[in-house]
Amino acid sequence: MNKIKSIDDLKQLRENMQAKIRLRESSSHPENIVRIKVAMSTCGIASGAKEIMNFLMDELESQAIEAVVTQTGCMGYCYAEPTIEVTLPGKDPVVFGDVDKFRASQIIEKYIIHNELVDGILPVNYRTIDN
Amino acid sequence: MKNVALHILDLVQNSARAKAGKVQISINEDPGKDIYLLSVEDDGEGMEEEQLQKATDPFFTTRTTRKVGLGLSLIRQNAERTGGSFSLSSVPGKGTRLEAAFVMNHPDRLPLGEIDDVLVLLAVGLPHLRLIYNHTAPGGQYKFDTEAIGEIIGDIKDCNLEIRKFLREMIIENLKEIRAEAYKINPLP
Repeated sequence: MNKIKSIDDLKQLRENMQAKIRLRESSSHPENIVRIKVAMSTCGIASGAKEIMNFLMDELESQAIEAVVTQTGCMGYCYAEPTIEVTLPGKDPVVFGDVDKFRASQIIEKYIIHNELVDGILPVNYRTIDN
Repeated sequence: MKNVALHILDLVQNSARAKAGKVQISINEDPGKDIYLLSVEDDGEGMEEEQLQKATDPFFTTRTTRKVGLGLSLIRQNAERTGGSFSLSSVPGKGTRLEAAFVMNHPDRLPLGEIDDVLVLLAVGLPHLRLIYNHTAPGGQYKFDTEAIGEIIGDIKDCNLEIRKFLREMIIENLKEIRAEAYKINPLP
């Protein structure tokens, strides 16, 4: 049987990856980072926000887009969950509703990469929600 | 909510909103006493007595964005329909403690669910929160602390795919270890 993974193995993994990570850090400019908040409250969780957050993190990383994905509370659009708020560098945040995997990949392809608007934008009189 | 893990994901958001810095989650499986106990304790703002009384009322919420607050009422319902109990206590300025006791072998008792996924998402998605997860089963105890992991990785926000995958596997393997042995057959879900 394989040995069970522990914190020590994480140290090992981290050391092996150190070189790679340093490369990434030196190339990152905080002002160029895409910020995404996933609404993760009762309504969001029930509609599958967890899967969407996983999908976004995996997809952004595999496409080498520098992004920070965090969680936020309910924005009051329970009917349109899962909702995500995307802030491109130097732009106002945009909130997308009814985000399934298809729409999430559309948002990455079109909005984040090419700056084109896609379906599902919620008309928010916008102030970002921090909690 | 389909499972306990999703409830945890939901409850921790409450703590985050109450400006907690540390959340302690514990699950205690006790097949002997037929009790499956979930507790979540934070060091957030806490609640006044009046608010505490209303907290599990589905039509009460402190939010201004909507009129219902279902998170606590749902877990209360899920605990009570197995014949278990639910309690919530709070000290304003000190924090809040929630305890949901399920009858372990009741058919309506929720399965644990993808706890590995939830813990890693919380660690990455709420980087300012220290999360301590303690799972006790007949085969032993497993503790997952985001502080210990943060010390190694530096900024937990920078967790990449490989590290996230490692963390998930680490949680699954450890939980399997403490759960499987005691039940001989496959662990209860």
